[in-house]
Amino acid sequence: MSGEHDHDHDESAPHIHRSPPRADLDDTLTYYRAMEAAVRELLIEKEILSAADVRRQIEIMDGRSPDGGAKMVARAWLDAAYKQRMLVNGSQAAEETGLKGGPLKLVVVENTPSVHNVIVCTLCSCYPRTVLGLPPDWYKSRNYRSRVVREPRAVLAEFGTVIPANVQIRVHDSTADMRYLVLPMRPTGTDDLSEAELAKLVTRDSMIGVALVGSP
Amino acid sequence: MPESIAIRFNAGDRVEVRAAYPIGHVRTPFYVRGKQGVIERVCGVFPNPEERAYGRPGLPPQPLYRVRFLHRDVWPDYSGEPFDVLEVEIYQHWLERKQHP
Repeated sequence: MSGEHDHDHDESAPHIHRSPPRADLDDTLTYYRAMEAAVRELLIEKEILSAADVRRQIEIMDGRSPDGGAKMVARAWLDAAYKQRMLVNGSQAAEETGLKGGPLKLVVVENTPSVHNVIVCTLCSCYPRTVLGLPPDWYKSRNYRSRVVREPRAVLAEFGTVIPANVQIRVHDSTADMRYLVLPMRPTGTDDLSEAELAKLVTRDSMIGVALVGSP
Repeated sequence: MPESIAIRFNAGDRVEVRAAYPIGHVRTPFYVRGKQGVIERVCGVFPNPEERAYGRPGLPPQPLYRVRFLHRDVWPDYSGEPFDVLEVEIYQHWLERKQHP
């Protein structure tokens, strides 16, 4: 019996057994949380935004996923004219597939047998949210951000992606108003697949550039 | 919107990033300051984020470029391949023209 429990158990006399409390992880009022709450409450108080507007925007943000980007990639694999438009103007190509663009310009960079692209934001965590949804935690880590611009081949190898020595690595640091999407190479053995089937093969990580798209 | 600042560089031009260290909200990473690269493309003109971060309009808009650097020019001990590159968006006021070697 535990130290707190060294009494006789008499079930006829009800009593409460308390578990040691586990700290809540969601109630830490950090500096930035306080600032966010203050700004949000002011905007609502001044009727610039409503609480419902804020909630709706979060819902839209959370509703985005890599499916949007995957649809673009699959279409580019099948439609050479679309791919060309995508490489010239990524934002327009995103809108063509029904993805509402933001004010930021989308630049699509193409992987080829001689070039491998990978995306990072060393200054913060800029990410093509309109086409990929929210970034994974590792993308925002200092480890990834500082190392992928310094030793990209080693970082890619840690993701299991070994780039041959005759392939050029292009690291894209999204430091300002552009956002980047990698157009991965189409894997072999996919000649008979439909656009929807191809889209299912395209992963988030392959569009960030830390992975390749595998054959089905 | 006031007229934009004139675009000074074209794709292929060689540039050097100013080795300046101002305080404030700067979008030019430390690791490319003082390094030379080549303009990959002109991205367009955008309100200057260094001004906008402090509630100012950032106008007139500044030209923005994507500059391509060789990793080995940025990191003298780079361990990858000599042709590996790094591309970074940099605003025009951070760039100076250089001659191709």
